[in-house]
Amino acid sequence: MNKLKQKDLILYSGLIILGLAAPYLFSAFKVQLTYLCVLIVLAMTWNLQGGEMGYNTFGNILFYGLGMYLTASVQVGMFFPLAEWTESGGEKTFVHTTSQYFQGIGVGLLVSAIIPAIVAGAIGYAILGLRGHYFAICTLGLGIAAGEIAGGIEIIGAGQGFTTPPFPAEIVDTEARGKFFYFLSFALLIGTFVFVKYIYGSRFKLILNAIRDNEDKAEAMGIQTMKYKITGWMCSAFFCGLAGGIMGGLIGYIDSTDVAFDGREMGVFMVLMAILGGKGTLWGPVIGATLFHFFKEGLWTLILGWQYVALGVLIVVIVIYFPEGLMGWLREKYPERFGEVIDEKDRKAQVELK
Amino acid sequence: MDFLIFKAPMLMVQASLDGILLGILFALIAYGMALQWGVMNIINIAQGDLVILGGYIAYTMYLAGIHPAWGVIVSPIIMYFVGWALYKLVINKVVDRDLFISILATFGIAIVFQQLMNFIFGADVVVAQSEYGTTMLFDNSVTLPNSKIFSAFISVLYAIGLVIYMKKSKLGRAIRATAQNARAAKILGVDTEKVYAATFGINAALCGIAGALISITLTLHPYVGLPYTVRSFMIVIVAGLGNLPAVAVSGMGLGLFEEFADYILGTEFRIGAVFMLLVLILVYRRFKLSKKREYLK
Repeated sequence: MNKLKQKDLILYSGLIILGLAAPYLFSAFKVQLTYLCVLIVLAMTWNLQGGEMGYNTFGNILFYGLGMYLTASVQVGMFFPLAEWTESGGEKTFVHTTSQYFQGIGVGLLVSAIIPAIVAGAIGYAILGLRGHYFAICTLGLGIAAGEIAGGIEIIGAGQGFTTPPFPAEIVDTEARGKFFYFLSFALLIGTFVFVKYIYGSRFKLILNAIRDNEDKAEAMGIQTMKYKITGWMCSAFFCGLAGGIMGGLIGYIDSTDVAFDGREMGVFMVLMAILGGKGTLWGPVIGATLFHFFKEGLWTLILGWQYVALGVLIVVIVIYFPEGLMGWLREKYPERFGEVIDEKDRKAQVELK
Repeated sequence: MDFLIFKAPMLMVQASLDGILLGILFALIAYGMALQWGVMNIINIAQGDLVILGGYIAYTMYLAGIHPAWGVIVSPIIMYFVGWALYKLVINKVVDRDLFISILATFGIAIVFQQLMNFIFGADVVVAQSEYGTTMLFDNSVTLPNSKIFSAFISVLYAIGLVIYMKKSKLGRAIRATAQNARAAKILGVDTEKVYAATFGINAALCGIAGALISITLTLHPYVGLPYTVRSFMIVIVAGLGNLPAVAVSGMGLGLFEEFADYILGTEFRIGAVFMLLVLILVYRRFKLSKKREYLK
C-alpha cells in the first residue's frame, strides 16, 4: 500500500467515525445533520449530471419529490386504505405498530429508489435529447409541473398535504426517531459516496466527460451517448428518490409544492451547492453542501425574512464570480495537488505564443 | 365525454374569446423575451417577475387614487430604468458566458424580486379595479370584461409601435445589427454595450406594460412570475426569434390552450398544464429535429 492510499484510508475512516459519533456528540443537532447528509447526496447526484455530463438539470427535484410521495404512500398503503388516511386526520384513526412502521418504511424506500430510476429511464430518452438551455428549462418545467399536478391529486392529499406515519409511539426513547433518520441518511450518504467514487474511477465517468466536452465528437467516436446519458440520470434518480423518502419521514408532512417538489428551495440548493463546491469534482459537492448548510443554518435565523433575498444574491454572486467553485479555485492555485503536471517546456511555449 | 364545455357551445365561445385576448398579452411578453434572447443570447428567468413588478407599479398607482390604466404609460418608463440598472448590475457580466450561467443568474434575480415584492406589497392576491364594466354578447351568455379588450388593444398598439421603432429608428437599427452579428456591429461603430442595455431596458418596459395590463385584467401575486416566464419561453421556441406574426399567433394559441385546459382539466391543473405543454413542445421538437440529425441549440 503506498503512502497516498494510506492517507485516504485514514481520512475515510476518520470521517466515518465522525459521522457515527456525530449524533452523540451533537445530540441537539440530529435533524440538521440528517439534512446535511441529504443535501450532500443531492449535490453529489446533481453533480453527475451538471458537473460530469454537462446537462444542467433543474429536474432532479422530480425524483426527490416522487421518492417522498412513494415512500409515504407505500408505508401507509401497505396496511391501511390510503384514501381514508389522506382525507382528514387519518393518522389519528390508523396507528402503525412498530414492526409495521419499519416494514413500511423499508419497502417504501425500496420502491422510492426503483420507481424514480424507472421514471428517469422512461422520460430520459425524450428529455436528454435536448441540449443546453433547452434541457435546463425543460427540466425546470418538469419539476414545477410535477408539483402542480401532485397538488391536484386527491389520493395523495392534494393541496392540503399528506401526513406521513408518525414514529411508533411504543418506542419510548425520545432520541430514537432522530437517531433512526440520521443513521438512515448517513448510510445513504456512504452508499452514494462509494458509488460516485466508483464511477469516478471507471470508464463511465470518462464517457460522461466526453459527452460534456463535445457530444457530437463523442458520438462520432462510437459512443452510444444516449445510453450513457440515461444510465447516468437513472443513477441520480435512484439516490434522489431515496433521499426524498428519508426526508419525507423526517419532516413528517408532505406538501406538493413546498416540501416535495420544492423547486424554490431544494431544487435550487442542489445546483448551488454543487457549483459552490466546484462541479465536476468528487469532493466539491460534499464541501459545497457542508459550507452551504452551515451558512444557511448560521445566517437564516439572523436575517429572518430576508433569507430568500440573501439566497438570490448568493446565487447571482456565486454564478458570476465563482462559476468554478471552491475546488476549481484550489485547482487553479495548486494544480500539482490535483495530479496535474505542468510541463515547463509546454508552459514556456505557450507564453511565447502569446 | 361529459365535460361541461362540450355541452354548452357558448362556453366554447367564451373560452375562445378569453383565450385569444389573453394570448395577445402573452405574445407581448414573449416579444420582449425574443428580443433580448435574439440580441443578447440570454434567457431571462426573471422575465415573469419583471411583469409582476410592472403590475405592482400600476397597482400602487391605483392605491394612490390614479386610474390603473395610466400604468401602461408610467410602468414601462419605470421598468425601462429597472431593466437598465439590472443590466448594469448583473446581466452585462453574463452576456458572453455559458447560457446556463445566465439562466441561473436570472433565476437568482427572480428569487430576489419575488421576495422584495413580497415584503413591499404583501403576499395577498391583489387586483386593480379598472371599472370598465363588461360587454355582454350572444344574449348575455358570453361575458367579456372590457378591461380584457382594452388590454389586448393596448398590447397590439405597443407591439406595432415597437416594430416601427425597430425598423425606423437609429437605435432599432443598431439593435438589429447587433442581433445579426455583434462583432461586426462593434467594428462598424455600434456601441454594443449601450445596445445591450437598451435592449434589456426595452424588454423590461414591455414587461412593465404587460404587467400593468395584467393588474387590471387578471390578478397579481409576488410568486406567480415563473409561469409568465415559461409561457413566453414556450411562445418564443414555437414561433422562433424575431418572427412577430408567429409570436402573436402562438401567443393566442397558448391562450386558447390554457382556457380550454382550465375548463376541461379544472383550474387546479391550469399551471400544471402550462408546464406540461412546455415539456411536450420541447420533446416534440427534439424528435422532429432528431429525424434530421439536428438538435435544439
